Amino acid sequence: MIEWPLRNFCQARSGDKGNTVNVAVFAPDDVLYDILVRELTADRVKNHFGNWVKGPARRYEVPNLRALNFVLQGALDGGGSRSIRIDNLGKCFGPAILRLTVPIPEKVAQRYKGGPYHEFGGIH
Amino acid sequence: MRNHVVRVAAAQGFYGDSPEAAMAVAQEGNIDYLSFDALSELTLAILAKDQAKNSRMGYTKDLVPTMRSLLPLARRHGFKLLTNAGGINPEAAMNAVWETASQLGLKGMKIAVVTGDDVRSRISDFMEQGILGEDLEDGTPFSTIRQNLLFANVYLGSWPLVQALRMGADVVISGRTTDSAQFMAPLLYEFEWPSDDWSRLSQGVMMGHLLECSAQSTGGNFSGNWWDVPNMDEIGYPIAEVAENGAFVVTKSPQRGGLVTQDTIKEQMLYEIHDPRAYITPDVICDFTTAQIRDLGADHVEITGTTGRPAPNALKMVAGYTAGYMGQALIGYCWPDALKKAEKAASLIQSQIARRQWHYDEIDYAYLGWNSLGGPGVPRPGEELDEVYLRVSVRAKTSEDAAKLGRLFPPLSLDGPPGMGGGAGMQAPRQLLGMWSGLVPRTLVEPHVKVRIEEVE
Repeated sequence: MIEWPLRNFCQARSGDKGNTVNVAVFAPDDVLYDILVRELTADRVKNHFGNWVKGPARRYEVPNLRALNFVLQGALDGGGSRSIRIDNLGKCFGPAILRLTVPIPEKVAQRYKGGPYHEFGGIH
Repeated sequence: MRNHVVRVAAAQGFYGDSPEAAMAVAQEGNIDYLSFDALSELTLAILAKDQAKNSRMGYTKDLVPTMRSLLPLARRHGFKLLTNAGGINPEAAMNAVWETASQLGLKGMKIAVVTGDDVRSRISDFMEQGILGEDLEDGTPFSTIRQNLLFANVYLGSWPLVQALRMGADVVISGRTTDSAQFMAPLLYEFEWPSDDWSRLSQGVMMGHLLECSAQSTGGNFSGNWWDVPNMDEIGYPIAEVAENGAFVVTKSPQRGGLVTQDTIKEQMLYEIHDPRAYITPDVICDFTTAQIRDLGADHVEITGTTGRPAPNALKMVAGYTAGYMGQALIGYCWPDALKKAEKAASLIQSQIARRQWHYDEIDYAYLGWNSLGGPGVPRPGEELDEVYLRVSVRAKTSEDAAKLGRLFPPLSLDGPPGMGGGAGMQAPRQLLGMWSGLVPRTLVEPHVKVRIEEVE
């Protein structure tokens, strides 16, 4: 097993509604999706954002898209028009989550080396 | 027999989006409907402020110039337009578009306006009936924000827009509707789907959801291999080709840049979604987990299988209220020790605020180049940064208090750590707005929804 950051193989997009941010993380195949389901808990995601997320975090599984959708309440410093943060709309929560790492079997990792994410410096 | 396939094109994903993609598809003319989503929670706040300054404003300022360009093309090619750019003042928007069409000599063009979403005048009524209790998100009682209220709008669904189309409208202008309604209404009109056909309605919502944020389905804000998106400088917006059974294909103009693949589509599918099994709209509650995506290649992606269940009994109301002011300042520090210098400057500002006994509800210190966008999860940089900007922002009760912050910064160029440059420094205070959301029974809203149509002379 090797620890891989999600940026090596996942897509992620975040959006805002009021003071809530949702972050959807997408795995490229079933094996990696199962790893995400096992490893990427709502607590881990909430903790990653520290005091930026003041409310509860909930996780929804979306198997048809091989995605996990995290809903983070109290995450936007009051909401887009009330926040004093630079990223007042939470657009960077998606990318930020890609820092988290999960254990990947070597064999699976090999498949993604040299893939699309390799080219842009994601995979080392 | 109605059209076999209805082609709906996205024209705008927010107030401020580029009109170029819409112009291109309008000139090509191979569409039946061109739909705009001009509104966000933030946009209504901006428009409410515009209207407070001038009672004839309150709709987006790009509406008239956009319509001036598009209306002649709509007449030539026979497509219809739907927009929620009416914002907080759809009647005024309608008059302005009517005037524009008239000046262009587009006699006989029919402009419709949908109203009834704006419930500011009915707030007392609602409160007496005890329906505006606590905020859905954080429990704030409505009574505590009422005196600072700027706007209050209920999200309408597709049916009032359908009514406008049935009355013969060529252009439908509305205020707050769900974003997807602007795209879905043409399907309900063209295919005459029954209002309880929950699966086809859900496919319609899904289509609208995939189109409402313009290029976010066609390679914009795409977290996959974004570096491979062709011609991003002239990115095309999504076009949906919808069949009577609800199946649809998302594509884009072949003349424009961008990328439509399973990967670009799925990112948008969950954008701003909470429970994917219960995406609540006024028209249907959708289950996005049953949707199937099939990549047909060459920028064509098919979506089928979205299901749904009966529409809710209540509609969502969002009310905006004034909530103080933000003051902010930005200064840069150069190598060496750029981050340490910026941190030293932050500590100086902190001491000066404390010594002056200025009281702010919140003070935020962020370091551009390190953690201003990523937040607490970003580790301290392992390597020395070549430059760092310190941004300090405060939440203040008054504009004056917010403005004071900036004055602490210019002296730092001589009095603080070495190598301060890029003194973007003080920025004008910005009013902050809170959003209160709650539910209103649809029986209190829908009888007040009106559609008015006028023919251009």
